[in-house]
Amino acid sequence: MSDVTSEKLVTLTIDGKVVKVPPGTLIVDAAKRVGIDIPVFCYHPKMEPVGMCRMCLVDIGRPVIDRATGQPVLNPDGSPKVQFGPKLETACTTPVSEGMVVIGMSDKVQAARKEIVEFILTSHPLDCPICDKGGECPLQNLTMEFGPGESRFLYDEKMHLAKHVPLGELIYLDRERCIQCGRCVRFQDEIVDDPVIGFYHRGRSLEIVTFSDPGFDSYFSGNTTDICPVGALTTADFRFGARPWELKATASICPQCPVGCNIVYNVRREARSQGRIVIKRAMPRQNEAVNEIWMCDKGRFTYHYTESPQRLTQPLIRKAGELQPASWEEALDLVASRLRASAGSLLALAGGRLSNEDIFNFQQLSSHMLGKNVLYTSMAGGDLIAQVGLGKGSNFSDMGKGTTLLVVASDLEEEAPIWWLRVKQAADRGATLIVANPRSTKLDRYAAQILRYPYGAEAATVLALVNALSAKRLALPAKGQAGPAAAEVKRAADAIAAAENLVVIYGSEGLGLSGSQALAQACANLLIVTNHTGRPNNGLLAVWQRANDQGAWDMGFRPAVDLAAVMSTSACIYIAACDPAGDQPAYAQALSEASSQGAFLVVQELALTETAKMADVVLPVQAYTEREGTLTSGERRVQRYYPAVLPIPGPKPDYEIFAQVGQRLGMDWESAAPARIMMQVAAKVPGYQELGVNPYRSLSEVWEQYPIIGRSDLYYGGTTYENTQGLGIQLSPAAQRGEVVSLTLPQLSAAPSAEGELLAVPITILYDRGATVLPSELLHQRIPQPFVIMHPSDAQRQGLSTNQALQIRLEGLEYTVGLRLDASMPAGFVLVPRSLGLPIEQPVSIQVRQPVARESAPVVK
Amino acid sequence: MTEQADSKYILLRHREIPGIDQLEVYQRVGGFSAFRKAVTTMQPADVTEVVKASGLRGRGGAGFPTGMKWAFIDNKNWPHYVVANADESEPGTFKDREIMEGNPFQFLEGVAIAAYAIQAHVAYVYLRGEFWQLAGVLDQKIAQLEAAGFLGDRLFGTDYSLRIYTHLGAGAYICGEETAMLESLEGKLGQPRLRPPFPPSFGLYGKPTVVNNVETLTNVPLIIEKGAAWYRTFGTEKSPGMKIFSLSGCVNKPGNYELPLGTTFRELIFTHGGGLPAGRKVKAIMPAGASSSLIVATEQALDTPMDYESVPSVGAQLGSASVIIIDDSVSIDWLLNKTLHFFKHESCGKCTPCREGTYWMMHLAERICSGEAEQSDVELLKNVASQIKGKCLCALGEFSIEAVLSGIERFPEDFLRRHHAASDVMSPVAAAPELANE
Repeated sequence: MSDVTSEKLVTLTIDGKVVKVPPGTLIVDAAKRVGIDIPVFCYHPKMEPVGMCRMCLVDIGRPVIDRATGQPVLNPDGSPKVQFGPKLETACTTPVSEGMVVIGMSDKVQAARKEIVEFILTSHPLDCPICDKGGECPLQNLTMEFGPGESRFLYDEKMHLAKHVPLGELIYLDRERCIQCGRCVRFQDEIVDDPVIGFYHRGRSLEIVTFSDPGFDSYFSGNTTDICPVGALTTADFRFGARPWELKATASICPQCPVGCNIVYNVRREARSQGRIVIKRAMPRQNEAVNEIWMCDKGRFTYHYTESPQRLTQPLIRKAGELQPASWEEALDLVASRLRASAGSLLALAGGRLSNEDIFNFQQLSSHMLGKNVLYTSMAGGDLIAQVGLGKGSNFSDMGKGTTLLVVASDLEEEAPIWWLRVKQAADRGATLIVANPRSTKLDRYAAQILRYPYGAEAATVLALVNALSAKRLALPAKGQAGPAAAEVKRAADAIAAAENLVVIYGSEGLGLSGSQALAQACANLLIVTNHTGRPNNGLLAVWQRANDQGAWDMGFRPAVDLAAVMSTSACIYIAACDPAGDQPAYAQALSEASSQGAFLVVQELALTETAKMADVVLPVQAYTEREGTLTSGERRVQRYYPAVLPIPGPKPDYEIFAQVGQRLGMDWESAAPARIMMQVAAKVPGYQELGVNPYRSLSEVWEQYPIIGRSDLYYGGTTYENTQGLGIQLSPAAQRGEVVSLTLPQLSAAPSAEGELLAVPITILYDRGATVLPSELLHQRIPQPFVIMHPSDAQRQGLSTNQALQIRLEGLEYTVGLRLDASMPAGFVLVPRSLGLPIEQPVSIQVRQPVARESAPVVK
Repeated sequence: MTEQADSKYILLRHREIPGIDQLEVYQRVGGFSAFRKAVTTMQPADVTEVVKASGLRGRGGAGFPTGMKWAFIDNKNWPHYVVANADESEPGTFKDREIMEGNPFQFLEGVAIAAYAIQAHVAYVYLRGEFWQLAGVLDQKIAQLEAAGFLGDRLFGTDYSLRIYTHLGAGAYICGEETAMLESLEGKLGQPRLRPPFPPSFGLYGKPTVVNNVETLTNVPLIIEKGAAWYRTFGTEKSPGMKIFSLSGCVNKPGNYELPLGTTFRELIFTHGGGLPAGRKVKAIMPAGASSSLIVATEQALDTPMDYESVPSVGAQLGSASVIIIDDSVSIDWLLNKTLHFFKHESCGKCTPCREGTYWMMHLAERICSGEAEQSDVELLKNVASQIKGKCLCALGEFSIEAVLSGIERFPEDFLRRHHAASDVMSPVAAAPELANE
């Protein structure tokens, strides 16, 4: 250690061990760094200390300082004289100081720990045999370690309280078990700022209550069950589901959004599932650069789709107009022969939930057949992310003062909750947050500045910033692109100019593919002209709609500007992991037309989707929990997931199906093992060389993370798992590898709205009707009925009220939907949520009217 | 002990001056001249200096020097606040209520002077929830002061502005603890904060705040008007001034008595309080309400001066000087049972030892009191109390064990009896009654 760093550190002694830590470190954390566990209940390393539970009492001595000289007083033997306080002090609230001596192993301290545990147990029901936390319970563990062997408190004098209190339908409270540590309340207040639960009453009657509707209305509620040090808070999903010691933990990556939260699937083989190995719960796994120790409720509760009874188990081939079960041999032979026949006219359409291995093999197969590789998405910019994306080494946790974050066209909490959380926390630490969005979102609360623009002016708004910051003005399109006022733009530009680091995050609020393309380019330009590329904590981040959209871009898949047209001109359409026919009537029609003109349609899917129903061959695939693979997150961090359960008989993994088709076409497939495929990815895909010669090995490497959590001392950090299976590798964008990135002027197109007509624009909501969400019945109450959002003035003009369902006409079809009003949005638009049963892919005209009669307006189920 | 020159009272002046709760009367006897003097002729720091020199100590219980508290205010962090602690909740304490009912303007003037001294432009009076009627009256008084130009903007033609607001608690003992009071005032659950930081550096809304008891503040106008030296003519050297002793329990004339600090227990009980009912004698004294240790009423104890330095010599604290007299008809286990019901009911629940310990002690005391306990339960009660000691987050948790530990230690005979009927507890346990200790 150099002198410079050691000068900044404070040296103290904890139970005889010398510790050097930065000033301000709390004793409990300092002890942790040298392997000394000071027991805690209320303290949590991610939250401000409160010193409530008194479990961490230690004896603290401080060097005696001579007031006259300012020098330490010495003992006769020359050692500094240390004065201990009259009372024990809380290690969780006391910061270290130079020369401090902390004693936790003395009889006095051990007795105090025993006494505190005894106090807590007087009101605890001791129902460990039926408690979900039993086996991974901080209170149980600390009772075993410090607690008294028998109770001096009369059992009959115990206070009995309600044991099944629903805080909403996701989280249950057992009031008897609660030890009032307040971790849950503080998590909701301090960390996620959803203060929807709180303490009510006082003393032994203190209880956790929720005051939101629905109860415990927070996308992060499940985390409270991880940090609860007893079995007071449990998820409706896991409660009474299994005992922790029966569970095996498998490392995985959450597939629900581009954040790529590191998670664990807890599985067990169980009789009531006919002896199969089943997932019992999803838990966060620590990765301080990705999700820290948290995950959102969507990730936690949506794994059920993998066990859906709707899964396909056999290939299907259309015979005499009907899909009939067939053998793999027959199906693969048929696919290969039709592919060969239509070489040069193949459309390979991939969804972003495919793994890198799948998509690489798909690309290999398609290239061999001279096919067109199309990514099924309405967002653009993955090529720009590969150039000027977040620099390698970026971590939201390192962002604070000096960093400016620009979030544009994104309702970030709905699109990627953990990124929302991390941006919020960066702002809490002093980062300057600029939110540019047509309507208010929850992120506005933390914004230093809010830029409002009408839908359609996304790119123009960012270009206005570019112009304000660039000596060489880029021509702005003149008409129909009214963005924020010049003064507002100037203020934002000043904040950007003053920033040491700049991160630009763009989402898909209100945007279709062409708008997204323009916005992405404008954002890239902003980073290029301000020279915020190719460095850690700088760069561009896209809030993709699928977990591995970025991986697909990196493997060469691109969205098609007019997908329907491509469909109708292809002789063979090979679709994997997406359901265009189910999403858009236009695609259903295009596929149907192509089919009637003799095109051959292959669909690789988990279940019989609308698209699969139209297919000539349907190939059943394994769920991602049944196989291994890698995903590339929005931050371009390649992360590995492992098989959690045994595959159900029948389906094959996507990468293997592509390989087996390829082999039938005479391609030289070295191996279909994912580890080998990833070696080829590393060898052939630009940028992926950084994964090394053995990507699967490098991706499974770990290093020490702070805070140290997930070991035997569950009381410290909660039940979040320690990461032992890989922290992933973040790839450098081209700018960081020294490649020159150049400015391109985006093409701005005017919004396709006629005068006086309403324009429907897509927005994202977290709990939608996506194929992976619906099978989780637990979330059904949180998934809204189809609705649209309008400006109150538009609604008033048309005589619409929120009490009444309304009729809309969208993409030529009629729908009955609910109405919500939002005065913060611009008038003239109708916001339509994606994946909620309404066809919305890009801004499109919409007609809205009152239903003819209220009674005759059934709501779409 | 110094005699007062012209008046018996400096706090409970309504007892001598009828109508002093009316602004015109209060003004006629010099009201608001001290505030005017401070604002128009004194630097804020000079006001603090006078209060410092007067030796005024906090009347809420801790006895901390008031002027020193004001001087601790962090002048690098603005704005500042004054909060008057009117959450008078200690059993046996009823002095602040009488001040605010009888002599409200002197109290409000004290608030105003304190605010000027620390340059606060907003002051709050935090009243316990049960004082809702009083809050209404104070609001009227404050409105009168604003109309009369004693509160509001640009007072007395200077740049100084001040507003006073009342705030009602919801009826919780814990909110008398200053940091819990600040939490409650901010609209949060009334639970104490970690200290340090202390309110003068991190108080209301995180800003430097002076929290003073009602009685403390009511002393201030006359100190400013008549000077520190005048104030020091009352009381003792280290505990100068007058103090309101709330006398209650087994005495003939319970009530508030404004006497110089240093008055003996004997004088309070027998000269002012009219002694005990015939045939009773003082058995124990709780000088600081329910949170007090029990003083064994020996002759020497009765002759002890009631000031902050002397009371500890008989094993207790002066606290808020709510002197509860326990006579020989009362069994101490019954007393502890009552006290512990109070502390169990009022524990805020934030820290483990107080929340769980008071609940446990209450059950033990209940059993001991009803005669269902074993002798070992007395030991256990003592043990549980010791187990709480020194581990609580705030002082109020520690208060819950004062009576328990001192009661069991000093009155062991009251815990020796077993299986006495519940109806016995109020009957005399001592043998033939002797005449009172006079």
